[in-house]
Amino acid sequence: MTNLYNNYRFLILRRISQVALMLLYIGGNYWGWSFVQGNLSSSLLFGFIPLSDPFAALQMFAAGAIITINLAIGALIITLIYMVLGGRVFCSWVCPVNMITDAANYLRRKLDFNKIQKKQPASRNIRYWVLGLSLVLSYILGVTAFEFISPISITHRAIIFGLGLGWSAMLIIFLFDLFILKNGWCGHICPLGAFYATTGKVGLIRVDHEEEKCTACMKCKEVCPENQVLFMVSKESLQVLDGECTNCGRCIEVCDDDALNFSIRRLQKETK
Amino acid sequence: MVTDRRKFILQTARTAGVVALGGLMWSAYVDEVTANKLILRPPGALKEEDFLSTCIKCGMCVEACPFDTLSLAKPGDNKPLGTPYFEPREIPCYMCVDIPCVPVCPTGALDIKSVTTKNELDIDIAEMGVAVVDTKNCIAFWGIQCDACYRACPLLDKAIYLEYEKNERTGKHAFLKPIVDSDFCTGCGLCEHACVTKKAAITVVPRDLVIGSVGDHYIKGWDKADEKRLTNAHTQINTTEISKESAVDSLNDMEGLFDD
Repeated sequence: MTNLYNNYRFLILRRISQVALMLLYIGGNYWGWSFVQGNLSSSLLFGFIPLSDPFAALQMFAAGAIITINLAIGALIITLIYMVLGGRVFCSWVCPVNMITDAANYLRRKLDFNKIQKKQPASRNIRYWVLGLSLVLSYILGVTAFEFISPISITHRAIIFGLGLGWSAMLIIFLFDLFILKNGWCGHICPLGAFYATTGKVGLIRVDHEEEKCTACMKCKEVCPENQVLFMVSKESLQVLDGECTNCGRCIEVCDDDALNFSIRRLQKETK
Repeated sequence: MVTDRRKFILQTARTAGVVALGGLMWSAYVDEVTANKLILRPPGALKEEDFLSTCIKCGMCVEACPFDTLSLAKPGDNKPLGTPYFEPREIPCYMCVDIPCVPVCPTGALDIKSVTTKNELDIDIAEMGVAVVDTKNCIAFWGIQCDACYRACPLLDKAIYLEYEKNERTGKHAFLKPIVDSDFCTGCGLCEHACVTKKAAITVVPRDLVIGSVGDHYIKGWDKADEKRLTNAHTQINTTEISKESAVDSLNDMEGLFDD
């Protein structure tokens, strides 16, 4: 039990958060629950608080649509929430695709694929290109370009409104992450993750590394889906300030030496 | 010689290549899927091109619909993913007076103003589509009495009316032909849903697809309102080689017609 708590507490909490949110949305559609209605693109909390995907709103703006006040407020609320929490909290605590890519990554580790494919052939910066491309294509084609293909929305809608061929999108992402590219979707391509990585740079909840406790076992780097953000491990005592950190807390759980912990962002640089 | 600069250039070129390839496939897909012109949207929907840029695909309208008429396009439906639509032969729009699907739209893709008259919601002015009768396969046009669509129409005698005509074949019966008036038809599809033939002989299609436009050249001289359009008319005369003379002179001119 202590083992479960020590090694999986955040993982379990994250799964609860992801599944609970999904259940609430399903309830909103099928049983008329008024806690939250709609889906992750745009929803209504308690029947009156608008919440909207700021990246979708940005694409609508690029596509030349008129942005309603409701939408603007909803997008602003979501942006501010994630800005304060640390942007990619969405990715690891809310997004349904996270469970798919986590599963692929888990299998990858168990099957030792990472030892065969040591180097990943693609740059993690592709996602920022895709982010830019989403906006450019939205402008050119006059539609919300990423929303037309987003596997996040496909998955989320499949769960709430019915599957259709939605399973194929989920399967493709799973296979892509498993066989082609480690952390392929979430860590290399997804423009929504890139968007939150950009807006969430200033987030308050940050992982803190204490170098003096670290034994350099590198378990954290092995499990981290964005391990470039952990560059300081065993080298320097620093907070993980990179926006690409999803605050999933896996590094904290796997650390046997208590060298990593959640902390509040230090606003002023410490004097040494 | 492998320098950092060469590495950088190659890396950039590779990324640009991947992005270009992805962008091409991506826009081809979007182009393909938005080419479908046969989609019926919920009441109050903006024009299709504006609708596609404004709809955020949240499904609030779908959740609000009490008849499960609306659904969000899924992969495999060959429609822009996640956008709401309905298929009247399955479930038509029952034209609720309080139009629950429209006010919940967070982005205005379903425009409340387009279904409002005198500050009150008015579903009767919705323009979801228009019904079209296939007169060859409508049994009423055969002379068999059927007024299923006419009876099903929520705007009975306005959107669908019956035209009576003598049946010359029998000499003693009448045709009761259903005629759609596109001025009133909302495209709810209750007629298509009610149609008794194997495949419906009355079908709702998007208005843009079948409603014509006369242009400025024809005016209903007997209609005062239409006649008013003349006041905006402007005169533009083109002078050519022939039009220098009067039309009659030009016709009577024999020159050049004979060899002599």
